[in-house]
Amino acid sequence: MAIAIKVENLSKAYQLGEFSTGTLSRDLERWWALARGKEDPFLIIGEANDRSKKGSSDIVWSLKDLNFQIEQGDAVGIIGKNGAGKSTLLKVLSQVTSPTSGIIKVKGRIASLLEVGTGFHPELTGRENIFLNGAILGMRKHEISRQFDQIVDFSGVERYIDTPVKRYSSGMYVRLAFAVAAHLESEILIVDEVLAVGDAEFQNKCIGKMGDINKGEGRTILFVSHNMASIQNLCKSAILMSKGQFLNHGNTNSIINEYLISLNSKSEALEDIKERKGNQDIFFLNGKVEGINTDDINSVETFSDFIVTLDYRLRENITIFNYRIDVGINNNLGDRVAWLSSNNINQNFDLFGESKLQFIVKNCPLSPGSYTCNIYAELNNTTADWLVNVLPFNVVEKDYYNTGRIVPPNQGNILLNYSMVEDAG
Amino acid sequence: MNNTNHNVEEDWDLVIVPQNNLFDLKLKEVWRYRDLLVLFVRRDIVSFYKQTILGPLWFFIQPIFTTIVYIFIFGRLAGISTDGLPQPLFYIAGITAWNYFADCLNKTSTVFRDNAAIFGKVYFPRIVMPLSIVLSNLLRFGIQMVLFLIIYLYYQFIGTPLTIDYHLLLFPVFVLFMAMQGLGLGMIVSALTTKYRDLIFLLTFGVQLLMYATTVIYPLSSLSGKLYFWISINPMTYIIEGIRRSLLGTGVFDLHTFFYALFSSSIILIFGLLIFNKVEKSFVDTI
Repeated sequence: MAIAIKVENLSKAYQLGEFSTGTLSRDLERWWALARGKEDPFLIIGEANDRSKKGSSDIVWSLKDLNFQIEQGDAVGIIGKNGAGKSTLLKVLSQVTSPTSGIIKVKGRIASLLEVGTGFHPELTGRENIFLNGAILGMRKHEISRQFDQIVDFSGVERYIDTPVKRYSSGMYVRLAFAVAAHLESEILIVDEVLAVGDAEFQNKCIGKMGDINKGEGRTILFVSHNMASIQNLCKSAILMSKGQFLNHGNTNSIINEYLISLNSKSEALEDIKERKGNQDIFFLNGKVEGINTDDINSVETFSDFIVTLDYRLRENITIFNYRIDVGINNNLGDRVAWLSSNNINQNFDLFGESKLQFIVKNCPLSPGSYTCNIYAELNNTTADWLVNVLPFNVVEKDYYNTGRIVPPNQGNILLNYSMVEDAG
Repeated sequence: MNNTNHNVEEDWDLVIVPQNNLFDLKLKEVWRYRDLLVLFVRRDIVSFYKQTILGPLWFFIQPIFTTIVYIFIFGRLAGISTDGLPQPLFYIAGITAWNYFADCLNKTSTVFRDNAAIFGKVYFPRIVMPLSIVLSNLLRFGIQMVLFLIIYLYYQFIGTPLTIDYHLLLFPVFVLFMAMQGLGLGMIVSALTTKYRDLIFLLTFGVQLLMYATTVIYPLSSLSGKLYFWISINPMTYIIEGIRRSLLGTGVFDLHTFFYALFSSSIILIFGLLIFNKVEKSFVDTI
């Protein structure tokens, strides 16, 4: 297939810190070096963009030597942690800022949506803003007029179309803004994390519209999101970025898994975590969530069994009157989805020294996604140890019904074990 | 940046590279965004008087009051010559013209800062924004010239001798010069202020001071010697003089002053365009 975007050796450096008096002298130094045909003295040492470490240079490479190409009609998701360079890449592609080195070749018109409603003027009416925003995004006036009715229809704010947008609710504002962007007639559409705003219904409508743009009209889409479900929904392939570089480019599901595992691999041993509560009479040393059928640590298949293992240390010479150990499971939105507790089970285990406890869960009914645990220990009615959002794990989908089809994302938080019968009566 | 690369195998619509050709003004692209230019102008004009009672009347109030204050201070108290013209007519011509220049300069010089939010999120040829400022100010200038016309007709009516001749044809040319200088100077300052904000503070009172170094409240003919020389070096002086000449028939104007205005305006505009072109690509990182 034809190439839509070709990126060669793309790099982008940013200067950290303040621009102040010191900047002027360095600008002169830089200018002097360049004037003599030498290299920029402040760009020689490159460091990977790791925001948590303090670097020796205050130049940071937000993108470093990227090489890739995207085929026409492809929908590509770009995923990675905060600061991986996703947004910088989109900014460079949409010409908002220029690369430090490298070259990008593009076939077709690019329209980018890095923010919803850029250039909306609060005093102007919805109608006026449709035209203004459309023109800012690169549409000609006649293109907007032709699509005007569809835009209004899509936004669902017809009644307010002649009201200044400053009186709109934020939801209406976003609807109108996305509606304009969704009707851009460009060969390539670049979308940054803009759907985070707006309600779920509208988000689905937007993803659906982007799917139409991609599949129906064969246009190329580049999509950044932290919502793995929408990436999975929309994109055939995905790119995983980390510290300004590409880690992998391939099939969406495998890239998402790689990403989620890379998130988890960073998780430290529980004993090294400082943010914890309690008197530490019971102290969690480590733990893991393990699926019985999967080879990957921290990953659980839907409807299969899994084990939560907690390694602990009991303070010496302590008399135990009672204790309890809880594990709360949270989804990626931070909502509690399940709770396991020694308190609810009529079995008594002796705690001693350094040892481990296991919770065994049958037929995991959680829908695919990433989860974390809160773990809690109580000894003699006093909090002993309490850790929040630890032991991350993924639930990965399995073709449980043996039909080759899986429950689509966004269709609920739990899976039910069901069958169907014909009603003979 | 819109280079079209005609290779045998590759034919790209857009090639993004780190450095721009300084002299590539991307006029084709600006032309493609002409609708945006018009909409920006419309936005500026419409949003100016939305939710006001007096509406477009506000365009007149500022020049009227400034003129009254000038008549009182410079005309009555200081007794500065107005080249034999009625004071209101003399001042309003100067003030309206100067305001056009000053508004273009002031608003263009903060164009990157004022629009950082838009520029940081979407690409369009950046020059569209300063152009829209110059155009919307031109509209305001046109509206304010109605006020001048009313006062002019009043003096005609009461029989004040006012000469009007073929110099009137030069009026649009001088307005163009003003636009060029306001835009050019504004773009120079805007480019410098993306990194160093100091200039903005300088500019605010600099423009006020510059007005006194321009023949807005006094005619050039009232000066002599060294002062005459220094004031006439100011590129705006011959323009204001030329505008008064074309509208009111007084003011210093000949071929030499015309070409001085033409050259200074052209040089300021070209220099402004170049420096703006250099800065626009990566200012987002520094503002």
